[in-house]
Order: sequence, then structure tokens, then C-alpha cells
Amino acid sequence: MDRKKCCVQLSVHPSRGLMDEKFIVLVQKVLPGCQLTVHALHQCEDGNSWEAFGHYTTDASGTVNVSQDTSLGGTYSGVEAMGLLWSLRPVPGSKPGLRLRKKNVQTPMEVTISVYQGHQTEGFVDQVPLASVLVERWYMAPGVRRIPITEEGLTATLFLPAGPGPFPGVLDLWGGGGQLVEYRAALLASHGFASLALDYLTCKITLETGKMVDNQYFETAYRVLQQHPQVLGSRIAMLALSLGTSITLRMAVNSQVIKLRCAVCIGGSHVQPSDGSVKEILTYFNRNGSKTRFSEKNEVIWRDLLLPITTDPSFKVDMGRLQCPLMLVVGEDDQNWAAYDSAMDIKEMMERAGNSHLLTILSYPKTGHLIEPPYTPHFRASIFRKADTHEKIMVLWGGQTVEHSHAQEDAWKKMLVFLRENLYGGTNPGATLLSHL
Amino acid sequence: MSQTPPIVSVLPTRGLVDEKFKVLVENLPPGRPVTVRSLHHSDNDHYWEAFGFYTSDHRGTVNVSKDQSVGGTYTGKEPMGLLWSMCPVPGSHKGLRLRKLNMCSPMLVNISVHSGHEGFRDGAPLASVLVERWYMAPGVKRIDVQEKGLLGTLFLPPGPGPFPGILDLWGGGGGLVEYRSALLASHGFATMSLDYLSCGQPVFTYVETAFNFIKDHPQVIADRVGVVGLCLGSLPALYLAADSTVVKPRCTVCISCFAIYPSDRVLSGSFEEITSLSGNIPVDENNLERWKDVGLGLLSGSLRKVNMEKVTSPLLLVSGCDDQNWPSFETAEDITQTMRAAGNDHLLSRLDYPDSGHLIEPPFSPHFRASTFVTTNKRKAMILWGGQTKPHSDAQEDSWRKILSFLQQHLCCSLNAKL
Repeated sequence: MDRKKCCVQLSVHPSRGLMDEKFIVLVQKVLPGCQLTVHALHQCEDGNSWEAFGHYTTDASGTVNVSQDTSLGGTYSGVEAMGLLWSLRPVPGSKPGLRLRKKNVQTPMEVTISVYQGHQTEGFVDQVPLASVLVERWYMAPGVRRIPITEEGLTATLFLPAGPGPFPGVLDLWGGGGQLVEYRAALLASHGFASLALDYLTCKITLETGKMVDNQYFETAYRVLQQHPQVLGSRIAMLALSLGTSITLRMAVNSQVIKLRCAVCIGGSHVQPSDGSVKEILTYFNRNGSKTRFSEKNEVIWRDLLLPITTDPSFKVDMGRLQCPLMLVVGEDDQNWAAYDSAMDIKEMMERAGNSHLLTILSYPKTGHLIEPPYTPHFRASIFRKADTHEKIMVLWGGQTVEHSHAQEDAWKKMLVFLRENLYGGTNPGATLLSHL
Repeated sequence: MSQTPPIVSVLPTRGLVDEKFKVLVENLPPGRPVTVRSLHHSDNDHYWEAFGFYTSDHRGTVNVSKDQSVGGTYTGKEPMGLLWSMCPVPGSHKGLRLRKLNMCSPMLVNISVHSGHEGFRDGAPLASVLVERWYMAPGVKRIDVQEKGLLGTLFLPPGPGPFPGILDLWGGGGGLVEYRSALLASHGFATMSLDYLSCGQPVFTYVETAFNFIKDHPQVIADRVGVVGLCLGSLPALYLAADSTVVKPRCTVCISCFAIYPSDRVLSGSFEEITSLSGNIPVDENNLERWKDVGLGLLSGSLRKVNMEKVTSPLLLVSGCDDQNWPSFETAEDITQTMRAAGNDHLLSRLDYPDSGHLIEPPFSPHFRASTFVTTNKRKAMILWGGQTKPHSDAQEDSWRKILSFLQQHLCCSLNAKL
């Protein structure tokens, strides 16, 4: 199939999209019944290369439509429109335990999509493809503004949607790895929410004084967001993953300052000491350290640290006193946190207290801990650096790639609808335009 | 008014200029009159806008793709009206033309929603989003060409290639106009735009050199190079297709066709020659220059025409029937007759658009019946192009799709490619 190189037409639509938008990959002008490999290549900011690929056969018109046709093998199989992104994995020869996360959200993630002859599984970099195109995937929609926030001792970044506003706000918290992780807040701003990404573990105050922040730090973050001229102070939510969930539930129930319109908690728990703040929560976990288990590959399993769920109310947030709608997103194969068990316990507490009408649980089988925005690649384990002790270990997150990836897509859609309903309020949830997700 | 602002969403937020978008406004109170408006600040510092008057439905939604605009710069169900009906904002100079100069940055359009209809400018926008419209797809490379005496810009599609090639020739305005070439490259063609007016050389040899440059480029398929010409540019294009003994385009597209040889082979003198041949350029009741009549005179005059009977490859002619700048339709008819008599009219395809003017641009480009134009001897004139906005915009959309299809059919290998 030598000179036929020139025939192959490859297009990806849209060529510039948001990270949570679907795309359509079309290969045309090939002979019917030809074997092709559609390949994705991404070089991330730390220099590592990631790839994904699917094996296809052209139809009677010499076409492959990745959204409609079946991949017969590769890093994903079946009809998977976005498999080229969510099944990305480090190329052969890479270091183990890598994780794909974008630090600079002001530039797009660039992915090269190519078509190769035949059903290939390796050596892509040594071959010339039949065709290739470049695709941009953005966290920030045009017009979204990124504003570093350092006032009142905060280490945070505010993302404002385009337009005059004022907008409802979201306080966005990540987990025990610390750092200022911006991408989810940037994406939320692209959907109309003024979002504040907050670093509460490796923030300037902690790095300078060696002391962890207390509850006031979160209340300050809430106040700064609330008082911003382009934020609707009475319409603020918190969205959190992992350790951030512990903080969120604590603040939502106990804080006199933080009055949330709603909260979304992913992969976390309400189990924690009732007094104190971040330090006390981490100390509590570390005390249960003996319950750490290891997989056959020697990956750390922290799931059991909070099991069995305690019956002692002084070690749980009193969920019966929650006054705002809460969405819990849990992976049933979460090997890092006992999120599912915690969710069941929260449900029981709220049913007893009579406020369970506020609770929505999204529970996903074969899904792990890191439930990220859609099409983020899944990995069962990766290297994790604890923010408090700085030790680097291989942690087991759990989940099976296909189910986990489908869960990310489904959860994100539902999270956006939940936020839209509660923060914009009183309207038909944006089902029309969100249908592209 | 509800407490939270309306939400404007546009999909895609970053698109190519020839892609459609969907504009949705949500979270409005039901049954509320609103104006959806687009605003663009051009590269040459002017403001352009379009707007439609809508009423939100019972869910508080306006869907520009499905709802009817009852007034503004466009009416009816027009998903892309916010782009093609753009005109200079009130208070602007007369005779402006919207053209993007820098291909490597997108055209930024602000889409906003305002309360009310007629008085919408009195209040601040309720919500807005920013949309990017690109001529260059990601990965398209822009290369300055300054060899062999050529002055041009080559746009290469992403990927290993090799690609079919196109020589892109603009009209009498001169300069290096890149946007159509950039867009063609975004569709898989290695395309070079060429400044053939200020080169100061005999133009026909110059374009032959340019054609060969493309043909010989390592990333171009040598026997798959075509030519696209607009207005004055269609003359060198037709020369290559018919009279050139040096090159043979695989196919040719001429928009608003010009097929008469001036006696001077350096085209830059052609305007002066044309006017001197026919006296003053007639003006209409608004003092706008109507060059069409000059052209009609020339068509029936004694100047030599391109020998269309010598064309041996497919040719597509695109004409606006209300072209007031040049008798494109009459030229196309004349060419058809010549080719029919010679027996090569099976190579000819035509697209004729009623009520369309001279400047048939890529889709969703704003239409203007007239604009200022600087001729090659630096004279500033207000020229009548013709066309009515809605039919002209429809013609742009329809012709572009068909031009791309024509180019793909003839320049991309057939399924039975020889090995």
C-alpha cells in the first residue's frame, strides 16, 4: 500500500476542544477492508511520552469512524469514541508509576493522532504514519481568566469565566499529595463557575513555618471567594477529592463561616477526629498505619485505615446536621480510601437524622480512587509523594481502566448538572448543551 | 430577573472559520425579549457586530441554531447569522472591509446577550463568552517563501505528507493575502499564496515558476497540484490551465472570473490600461464605482482572451450573478460557449449564484455591497461589489463546500491509485 499514502484522509473534529468534549476521529479514502491502526501520542510536560491505539478495519466505503466502529484490539477495544485519550499509557521503556497531570493550564494538551497501516502494537515512533493531525485539548475556554491569589496568606488560583458575571463560586480541593492543582478549577470556570483551586498542604505558610493550616485557612479561602466582586457570595459550593473530602464535610457541617449551597465529595470519608484540622486528620490516619496492606506488586493499599467504619460519633462528622445538598462520588474498587463504606455510613446517618433527601450517591463498580475529569488516563497504581512526610511510594488506587473511564465521564456530567442546578438554580439543568460531553 | 446571570455557551469555543457553531443562552426568565450579539475587534482596529432579536422559551432558553431571529442584522433561523451578517458598528468609517491579516492568531468574537430588542445597547451585557475562529488548524505550518524570485507564503498541513498542492491567487488588491491558503492547508492541501502584482515581473512566467516551486516541493505530490484564482487572479490561473506550455494544473478553480489578457504582460498596469481604454469608470447613484460595465465592454472588445479551447483538465467557475465589479457571469457564459464549440466542455463545472456579488469569500465572512479599495496606482476608490447579504452568504457557504469537494476529487488520489 505504498503510494496510496496520499489517499488517506484523517480528520479529528473538533481539532481544538475542551478537555471534557468528545471528538470524532475519521479516516477516509482508504480501500475497503483494510487493516489500520489509529494511534494517539502525547508528550507531557515532564518529558514522558504516552500513547494509545486501536485496531480497525475500513468499511465498504474505505472509512473508519472511531465513534461508530469497533476497535478490535490495542489499548482499548469495542466502540469507544474517546478511547484514544482515556487509554493513554506510558510508552514502552518508561519509568514505572507515572501519572499524567497538566500543570500549566494556560496551554493546551497537544495530542498527535495518526493512522498506521496494518494492526500494529509497537514501534510506532520508528515508522512513518499514513497521515497524522494535531489536536489541542484545553482546560481553559477562551476568555477564562486565571488570577493567582496570595492575599491573607492563601496559596490559591482563581479562575473566572468569561463575561461580566457575577458568577456562582466553587472552592476546589485536592488530596494528600498537596501542590496547587489547577486543572479542574480551570475546567469548572469554562463551564460558568468562578473556581478557586486551593493548596492547603504545601502552601506558602506551611512551607515557611513548618505548621499545617487550620480550619481558619479554609474559612479565609471561602471569604475571599465570597467577597470577590465577580462572585455571587450566596452561591458557593465546595468540590473535593480524597483528603479534600474530609475537609469539605467537616466545613460543610461545622463551620460558622462557610455556608455552602451544595458540595461534591469524591473518593473520601467523613471519618475523622472531631477536633482540630488538617494535622489532626493526618495524625489520625497515620495512627492507623498498621492497617496498611500491600498488593502482590508491593503497592500500598490504604483502604483499610478507616475500616471498619467506626461507630464512635466523636470520630465522624455529624452528617445528620448537614443542611445543603451533597453528592458523593465513590469508586467501588477504591483501594486508597474506604469511600464506598463511608458513603453507606453517611447514608445511614442521614436517614436516621431525616436529612437524606439532601444526599445523592454515585457509586461505580470496578472504579478506583482517582475519579478525574473525563478522558484523563487511568492507572491502577502510581508513584505518590505524601505532602506531610515527603516519602515517595507506589500507591494502589484501584479500578479497571474501561469501567473507571466510563465512570469519570458519567460522574463529571452529573457533577456539572448538580452544580448547575444548585448554583444557578431554578432552571432546567443545562441538559441541552451538556449533551456533547 | 433571576438572581443568577444567564449562561451563554458556544460550541465549539475554538473552531475553524468554516465550521458551524451552536449558540445557546440558558437561565433567562421565560418569555423574555433578548438580543444576542457578536462583537469583533479587527486586526486593523475597527469594530464589527451582528445581532439578532429573540424571545426566550418557557425554559428560559434561546437556541440560535433553532429559534427565529425577528430583527437585527439577520432574521429567521440562522445558526451562523452572528458571523456572516456582521457590519461595522455605528459611527465607523464608510467602506470598511473585514480581513484577517495575521493567520497565526485566531479571530476573537465576543458573543453576548442583552436585555430587550431595539434599545439593547442602553444596558450592559447580561453575560458573554469569547469564541476563537481560526484559519489555521493545529499543526499547520506557515513558511515564508522568498526563493527563485518568488514572494509568497506556503502553508503545509500537519503530518508526514506528501500532500496535494494548490497555488492560490488573489485579486487585484495586491499584497500577500494568506487566509484562504491557510484554510486550504487546514483541509489537507499544501497551499501557497502568491503576491503576483508587486513582483514587477512578467506575471505569467512568474506564476509558472511558482507552480513549479510547489510541484517540486518534497512534501507535495508532483502530479496533484491545482490552482485557485479569484478575480484578477483567475487570469494567471486560466493561463496556466490553457495557454501555458510549461505547466499543467491537475484542476483549476476560478471565482469571479477574469479571462482577458491586457496587452502588457505585467498585470500591475492593467487597471490603468483598462480605464484608459474605456474612459472614466461609471459610478452609480451613490457615487460607487461600477467596474462591471467596463468589463462588459472589454468582453466584446478586441483584447485577446485566454484560449479556453486549450484547457485539458477540470475547471470550476464560480460566479455571482449580481457581481457589479466584473461581469463574472457573462465571462463564465463566454467561456462555456468557447469550450462547447471546442468540445472540451465536459471538463467544465459552473456554480452561478443569483443575488451574489463579486467577493465570494470563505463561509461566514461578512458581506458588504461596497468598500474602499486602493488600486495599484495608489488611487483610493469606493467600489461596488454587489450582492445582497443573505443570498451572498448562502453562496459563500455553498460554494466553499463544493470547491473543497472539487479539489478533493481531483487532487486526492482515487481509490484505484496506481502503485
